[in-house]
Amino acid sequence: MATTKSGLTIQAVAAERKGTLEIYTREHPWLVRFTHWLNAISLLVMTGSGLQIFNAFPSFGAKIPQVNLVNVPEAVRLGGWLGGALQWHFSFAWLFTLSGLAYVIYLVVTGHWRQVILQPKEIRGIWPMVRHYFFFKAKPEQFEPYNPLQKLAYTSTIIFGITAVVTGLLIFKPVQFAWLEKLLGGFGVIRFLHFAAMCGFLAFIPGHLMMVALHGWNNFYSMITGWKRNPDYLQ
Amino acid sequence: MSMSLGRRLIFQVNKMNTDNLPKLDEKGLRRMKRREWMKLLPLAAMGAFAVPSVNEKLIKRGLAFSDFAAEKFFSRQRLAPVFSDREVTAFEKFPINSYSDYDPEAELENWKLIVEGMVARPGEYSLAQIKALPKQVQNVKHICVEGWNVIGNFSGVRLADFLQFVGADPQAKFVEMSCMDDYFTSYDLASALHPQTLLCYEMYGQPLTKDHGAPLRIHTPVKLGYKSAKHLFSLRVTNVLRSEKGFWEDQGYSWYGGV
Repeated sequence: MATTKSGLTIQAVAAERKGTLEIYTREHPWLVRFTHWLNAISLLVMTGSGLQIFNAFPSFGAKIPQVNLVNVPEAVRLGGWLGGALQWHFSFAWLFTLSGLAYVIYLVVTGHWRQVILQPKEIRGIWPMVRHYFFFKAKPEQFEPYNPLQKLAYTSTIIFGITAVVTGLLIFKPVQFAWLEKLLGGFGVIRFLHFAAMCGFLAFIPGHLMMVALHGWNNFYSMITGWKRNPDYLQ
Repeated sequence: MSMSLGRRLIFQVNKMNTDNLPKLDEKGLRRMKRREWMKLLPLAAMGAFAVPSVNEKLIKRGLAFSDFAAEKFFSRQRLAPVFSDREVTAFEKFPINSYSDYDPEAELENWKLIVEGMVARPGEYSLAQIKALPKQVQNVKHICVEGWNVIGNFSGVRLADFLQFVGADPQAKFVEMSCMDDYFTSYDLASALHPQTLLCYEMYGQPLTKDHGAPLRIHTPVKLGYKSAKHLFSLRVTNVLRSEKGFWEDQGYSWYGGV
């Protein structure tokens, strides 16, 4: 075990590589990596099929008169038609829900949430990271695997995921869960929130991929093996 | 985890402090990495979804599982929300998603509902016989598979009352509906017996128009719109569904279609 500068304990080993001794920390336990990649696939399918479904009625208003907001390009739609898209959507909804549930339960039970969830005292660390990434200021010191901006991003995706699952369940079963449907503002509001959750993911993903590209192989490889070579956040 | 300033300093001096860590040699490191990425191999099974002939079957199974789960959520006692007259969508704004432009006009005179299958009293029933059963009026939500919804005013008799009237076998599992315009669908018996599932002959207090399914349609707020078949021709109570389960359902929509 090793300790991060912020005081989190993290599993670590010292290993010989090309003649020198290097430190490896276990940033991503198996379940986190497994659900990460499963979610990546699921989100791709859910977005493509979801857009195909939305294209059947691309509006949040009345059916008569119908005001279409977009015509979703065929290239990003999955399923061919509404029926095919619903089959994709209702198959992967279960995978997405299960893996998301497993992930969230894992975070809570093992305490791994401390590494992922943004905590109030870290909020003031967000702005310096923004200044670093967008205004080319010096990189603030790294205290643990994720900096505050990353934690904000990952915490947001968990919120998007929970929103997507709950609103999805309510679009699937608005009558059986009528009380919750009413509580959240009705079918139209819920359908909008479901769409908004997707927009949240669509806002997150390009930034996420760009950061992965910028931070190189060692960082990317850690989401496959779980181990990060020579992290800069240990005490 | 707080730490005294002294300890903190020691750690900072000793930046690459590897003394307390388990050691691996080069081979051990490689083995550990290999073991870790191999634990992700089950995800390769997802590759099956990239093969069109395979994914077609898989996603149909997925939808069938969804239908299975939907039946578990369903309760015959749980009523769909009802709305005040003020909340009802104006009649002109109630969409018409017709299967055909079938005009029942010529046949209305002699129209009778054919009832067959597992019933004690099969035969043909006139609209007058159906209307003689207790009338139920309800303002309920009509949800389309496309994503829109409206609140409509529907009246008719409970399908449950009618099925009792014709002596339907309570052990039966399904009710098949076929229509004068060749549309067809089928229900699980529990949904058919739901107290808000109507044999509907009026909308907005007026006899059904041709666009809304004259002279008699099914309407239920517990299923998606495509299950509320118009221009009823026959009902068949059965334990075994025909291979044609529904016009849209056979093309890929959920058979259960519950909401």
